[in-house]
Amino acid sequence: MKSKILLIIRREYMTRVKKKSFIIMTILGPILFASLLVVPALLMKVSTDKDTIAVVDESGNFEDKLENKGTLIFSNVEDIDMAREQLKESVFDLVLFIEKTDEDKANPVSLFYNKKQPGLGTVTAIENQLQDVLQNKLLMQTFHISTEDYNKIKAIKINLRAQDVRTGEESATGMKTGIGYAAAFLIYLFVFLFGAQVMQGVIEEKSSRIVEVIVSSVKPFQIMMGKIIGIACVGLTQFLLWIVLTFGIVAIAGGAMASSFTPNEMTQSMNMGEMISPEIAGQIETVTMVEKMLSGVGNIDFTFIILMFLIYFIGGYLLYASLFAAVGSAVDNEADTQQFMLPLTVPLILAIIAIPMVMQNPNGSVAVWLSMIPFTSPVLMMMRVPFGVPTWELALSIGLLIAGFIFTTWFAAKIYRTGILMYGKKVNYQELWKWLRY
Amino acid sequence: MNIILEAKNIHKSYANHKALDDVSISVPRGCVFGLLGPNGAGKTTLIRNINQIIAPDSGEIWFDGERLQPRHIEQIGYLPEERGLYKKMKVGEQAMYLAQLKGLSQKQALEKLKTWFLKFGIENWWDKKVEELSKGMAQKVQFIVTILHNPKLLIFDEPFSGFDPVNVELLKAEMMNLRDKGTTIIFSTHNMGSVEEVCDEIALINKSQVVLNGNVKEIQRQYRNYSYSLTYESTNEINLQPLLPQGFSVLESHPNGHGFFTAKIQTPEGSKINNLLTEITKHVDVTGIQEILPSMNNIFIQTVTK
Repeated sequence: MKSKILLIIRREYMTRVKKKSFIIMTILGPILFASLLVVPALLMKVSTDKDTIAVVDESGNFEDKLENKGTLIFSNVEDIDMAREQLKESVFDLVLFIEKTDEDKANPVSLFYNKKQPGLGTVTAIENQLQDVLQNKLLMQTFHISTEDYNKIKAIKINLRAQDVRTGEESATGMKTGIGYAAAFLIYLFVFLFGAQVMQGVIEEKSSRIVEVIVSSVKPFQIMMGKIIGIACVGLTQFLLWIVLTFGIVAIAGGAMASSFTPNEMTQSMNMGEMISPEIAGQIETVTMVEKMLSGVGNIDFTFIILMFLIYFIGGYLLYASLFAAVGSAVDNEADTQQFMLPLTVPLILAIIAIPMVMQNPNGSVAVWLSMIPFTSPVLMMMRVPFGVPTWELALSIGLLIAGFIFTTWFAAKIYRTGILMYGKKVNYQELWKWLRY
Repeated sequence: MNIILEAKNIHKSYANHKALDDVSISVPRGCVFGLLGPNGAGKTTLIRNINQIIAPDSGEIWFDGERLQPRHIEQIGYLPEERGLYKKMKVGEQAMYLAQLKGLSQKQALEKLKTWFLKFGIENWWDKKVEELSKGMAQKVQFIVTILHNPKLLIFDEPFSGFDPVNVELLKAEMMNLRDKGTTIIFSTHNMGSVEEVCDEIALINKSQVVLNGNVKEIQRQYRNYSYSLTYESTNEINLQPLLPQGFSVLESHPNGHGFFTAKIQTPEGSKINNLLTEITKHVDVTGIQEILPSMNNIFIQTVTK
């Protein structure tokens, strides 16, 4: 009997791994992932798409004070009507019109465009410059602060490092959030991708009527578990290959890029949010950011995180995969799966939606509750694990997850063994309830 | 009698539908046992019970002198009515997989499959994908996989559906061959045409109950209506009716050519063939006589509509 389930696992594994689609996905996946990592950086480098902006400044506050920075190129134009005409003839991309008002009131400002709408980044960058100029003016004229002093004020940055009171270890919050997010998302992806494969496999066996032939040799439960485990192995193989290949590509591409990047460009690309005064603040900021990312990394217990990841990864998959199998067994073709898929997708999507909340407060009550419920815990507990979770909470969560997948497997097996032998019947929830009691 | 399979008082209900109601059958070793009945009578449910795909609510099944248990699966071969193969898998690979699921070792499976593929003339399908085969071709593969592990008991559920006549004959011949080698065969069908030819014993299931069972010959005798087909030699057709005593009637009469004639005669219930002969030989030259037994199809319809 044991060897039969191995036979099933082997068949499920071999037929899938030999498929063209598997090989293609295995190669394409890392290229996609790598491009996700590499392309934004490359784009930063090659992004030379500038916006030429005609400034019509009636107030006189901004004369020669707007800097050509980033993608913005300013030039002064005297007359608004002329500027508008030139805009229509595409001499400029944008026209910034600052009206004159009384001294104490903020100047009404308009930005005109022709066909090509300015992006949020452009608008924000212009706003920031205008604000800076006005603040500057106010500081210097009203409070008599020199430019030098002003730059000093701007350069003040606080880098808060959370430390453990007993060990003095730094928390490396950014890194931990990154690890948690990546782990949570991987689990979510894996459950969905390979859960769906389990479902398709069951539907295929049912619609080709092979299942009745097999079911006379092997128990339905063994067929189901064989399929679930076989596909899990396929998934693990694919993930492993993806990780290895992605790192390979990133390492090669990264090496090529590093040689063509100047240090300053590097800092800029890593420092996207802070473009106010790149020469001074940018340098300092980047150093602290990288430092912040890396400081305390040595204190992260990677072995523990990987262990937890594997537990939640496998637990979450087992919990959902058997339910996907049950859905597959209840229908005759994939089109009918919709109604039963909803209860499976809702908790998973809920978990993804709750990630930012858990990220904000990894030990809040929402985070704790959702990391206990087996349907959301695989995704959300991984968000919390890097920040340290009390042992009893982890134990309870894992215990509940194990109980959860034993329950869903039992539940799914009952539906599965009836469902696979039921053809040509439109099944609803009432019908499923009956199957549970057979 | 040597019984290989016995089901005793099987009950099986689904939610609000009784699929089997106190069903008992016993299958003698080495025979072809017809499991007959209209669609939805409960045949497939009974077969699934025997195959341990589902468990009865109550009742016992005995196999080869023991209570039925999981290890018996390897001694039973089952060709279900709803049968299929993995479409994307190669024929040989698939046959190997199914054979190994039945407990054969890889070596045994390969050896036996090669022999059978040769026998059925399908050896060059080994590396073809199932989706390239016709339905009849796929059925041949399924048949081979079903019988490959030399089971003591074979269960065929509507085996001939989807086969062309040539392959039906091939299959029948293989079935008889297996029976002659000592394999017991349960043959489930709602099509009565092949029953007399193929089955030794039958059980007729209707509305979840066994309504008739036993030896085919005995059942036919039980349902006999004492009519005979009589052939005689004469220069011209004779009206037999006036020559027969009361209670006898000529149902039909027609010439056979070359001076032979056949008449179908109904005799009174309980009378013997000799009664008819005694009367008729006084008047005509009888060259042959045979009892007309009711066809299983008639018995089936008669019983089911009763």
